[in-house]
Amino acid sequence: MNSPVNTPAPQHEGLISAEERPASGAWLAKAHTDAAARLTQMGLPKRRDEYWKWTRPDALLAEQAAPAAAFDYGDEQPVFHAVDRLKIVFVDGVFDAEASDDLSGEGLEIERLAEAAKADIHWASGLYGALETRGHNPVDRPLAAHNSAMATDGVLIRATGQVSRPVSVMYRHISDTSDAILHHVVKVEEGASLTLLENGTAAARLSMVTEIDVADGASFHHVRAQGRDHGRHVLTHIFARLGRESVFKSFTMAVNGMLTRNECVIEILGDDAIAHVAGAALGDGADGAFLHDDTVFVTHDAVNCESRQVFKKVLKNGATGIFQGKILVKAGAQKTDGYQKSQSLLLDEDAQFLAKPELEIYADDVACSHGSTSGAIDEEALFYLRSRGVPERIATDLLVLAFLADTIEEIEDADIADDIVSRLEAWLERHRG
Amino acid sequence: MLSIKGLEVKLEDEDKQILKGVDLEVPAGKVHAIMGPNGSGKSTLSYVLSGRDGYEVTAGSATLDGEDLLDLDPEERAAAGLFLAFQYPVEIPGVGNMTFLRTAVNAQRKARGEDEMSAADFLKFIRAKAKDLKIDADMLKRPVNVGFSGGEKKRNEILQMAMLEPKMCILDETDSGLDVDAMKLVSEGVNALRAEGRSFLVITHYQRLLDHIKPDVVHIMARGRIVKTGGPELALEVENNGYADILAELDA
Repeated sequence: MNSPVNTPAPQHEGLISAEERPASGAWLAKAHTDAAARLTQMGLPKRRDEYWKWTRPDALLAEQAAPAAAFDYGDEQPVFHAVDRLKIVFVDGVFDAEASDDLSGEGLEIERLAEAAKADIHWASGLYGALETRGHNPVDRPLAAHNSAMATDGVLIRATGQVSRPVSVMYRHISDTSDAILHHVVKVEEGASLTLLENGTAAARLSMVTEIDVADGASFHHVRAQGRDHGRHVLTHIFARLGRESVFKSFTMAVNGMLTRNECVIEILGDDAIAHVAGAALGDGADGAFLHDDTVFVTHDAVNCESRQVFKKVLKNGATGIFQGKILVKAGAQKTDGYQKSQSLLLDEDAQFLAKPELEIYADDVACSHGSTSGAIDEEALFYLRSRGVPERIATDLLVLAFLADTIEEIEDADIADDIVSRLEAWLERHRG
Repeated sequence: MLSIKGLEVKLEDEDKQILKGVDLEVPAGKVHAIMGPNGSGKSTLSYVLSGRDGYEVTAGSATLDGEDLLDLDPEERAAAGLFLAFQYPVEIPGVGNMTFLRTAVNAQRKARGEDEMSAADFLKFIRAKAKDLKIDADMLKRPVNVGFSGGEKKRNEILQMAMLEPKMCILDETDSGLDVDAMKLVSEGVNALRAEGRSFLVITHYQRLLDHIKPDVVHIMARGRIVKTGGPELALEVENNGYADILAELDA
C-alpha cells in the first residue's frame, strides 16, 4: 500500500480516508499519520458515550455538512473592528490573502499551517497534535484527533516577546455547504505575551483545534466571538499547557447556532500559574434549534495554581445549554485554588440546562469548589427596577447582563469588554419578549 | 394627590384578605404617617400602590392626581410620580448603582416625553445629591445595595428619591435597621425634599421617626383598615399607650 498511513478501520470510512488526506512536508505528514492512528485506535464517538450523552455527535460525523445559511450582518461593524490588530482572514475555512494583513509583527512569528507544512522541520512540529494527544483525558476526544489528521490549514503563531497588537483571526462564512477543518498552534515563549482574538462563524460546519503552549512567565489572552449563524454546527477544542507563573485567560461569546460545542482542556504543569476560562452563551429557540455545549477539563499538576471556570448561559424558547466541567487535582498539586461556576438563566419554561460539574482531588491542601445553578430572573430585583421607572424589558436586559457580568470580567482589555457587552445588549434587545 | 377609596386586597395565591376597605386621602404638599401593629396591612398597602405582583385588588380604587394607579404597570406608576422607598431594598449584583440610577432617570424622562439627561449633567446632578446624603463615590460605583450596611441601603433609597423627584413618596418603615445618626441623616434627606407639590406617606412602627419627619396627619391602621386619624399627637399617644386601647375600641 502506498498510502502514508494505515488505512483506518472501516467504521471511519467517509470521515477519514488515506486518499483524501493532504500531501505535506515530512513533519506534518508524520503528525497526520500519528493522528489518524490515534483516531483509529479510539474510534468515533458513539451515542452511548457518557461524554456525548447530551450533545449528539451525528451532525458532526455526517459525511456532509448540513447546509447552513450565512448570517446577514447588514452594515453592522464586526466585533473588534475598533481594535488595532493584525488581521488574518479565512473564508469558509480557506485563507484569504487579499483580506489579510502581512503576516508579521513585532515579537511575533506567524505562518499558515499550509505554508509551514512544506518545511522539513518546524517549531510547531513538537506541538501540533502533541497537546491534543495529551488531552485525551479522562476521555478520548476522537474528533480532535480527526482534526489533527485532516487539517491542512490554520495559523501557527509564536510570540517571542511583547507583541504590540493582538492577532485577530476573522472567519467568514459564505457558502451554505462549507465544511471546514482548521488547526491552529500557538506558542507563547518564556516571558512573552500574546492576545488572540477570533470572530465569526467559519463555515456551515467547522472543526477547529487550537493548541496553546504558554511557557514559564508567559501570558496568553483569548477573546472569541463565534458569530451569529443560526444553522451552524461547530466543534472547537482548545488544548492548553501552562508553564510556571504563566497566565492563560480565555473568554468566548456564543449567540445562536444549531450546535456549538466548545471543549477546553487545560493542563497546568508549572507552579504559580493562573488559568481562567469563561463563556457567555445566549440562545433563543424561536430562531431555530439552539444547543450550546461547554465541555471543560482543567488539570492541576503543579503547586499553588489558580483555575477558574465561569460559564453562563441565557436560554429561552426551547434552547438547550450543556455544561460538562471537571477539575482534576493531581497528587502533589498542593495549594490549588480551583473554582468552577456554571449557571444558566432560563427565561421561560421551555429552555433547558444540563450540567455535570465534577471535582476529582488527590491532594490534601487545596481549595476547590463548584457551583452549578439554573434559575429564572429574580422577580424581586425586577420589581425593584420597575418601581424606579425602568420598563420591564430594559430591566430584564439589565438583569441578564448582570448575570453575565462575571464572565465579562475575564476579559482583560476594557475596550474589548465594552465591545462584547454592546453585542450582548444588542442581542438581548433583538430578542425581547 | 393620592386618593384611596374602599381598597380591598387579597393575596393572589391564597384566600387571605389583607386590606379590608382602606380609605385615605393625602393632599398635595402634605406628610401623612401610617402607624399600626404588625400584620395590619401597612406594607401590603405600599406594595399594592407600587404594583408588586402577588396581590389581587377585589374592590376599591387608588388614584394619583386622578390617574388610576391600579391599572398601570409599576414603571408607569413610577413615571406618573409614585415612589416607594423599600423596607428591604433589594440587592442587585452585577448592576452598578450609577448605571441603575441613570437608566431609571432617563426611562422616566422618556416616559414623560422629556429629553434624556446627558452623561455629564447626570454626573453633576448625582454628585450634588449624593453629597447631601453623605454617599461617597464608591457607593455609587458598587452594585446596587450589594454589601451596603442597613443605613447605606436606606440612604441609597433616599438618593433615588432625590434623583427621581417623584410627587408622591411612600416610605415603608424607612427607620427599621437604622441607628440614631443614620435616622437623622435619612430624615434630613427626606425633609430637604418636602415641597408644595410633593406628598409623603410615611409608614412606621415607631413614633421616633416622626420626631424627625414631622407629619401633618397620623393614621392608625389595624386589621386591614384605617381605624383612627388624628394630628401628630396621635403618634405620641401610641408611643405611650401602645395599640391595645385602639384595638380594644375596635372590638367593643
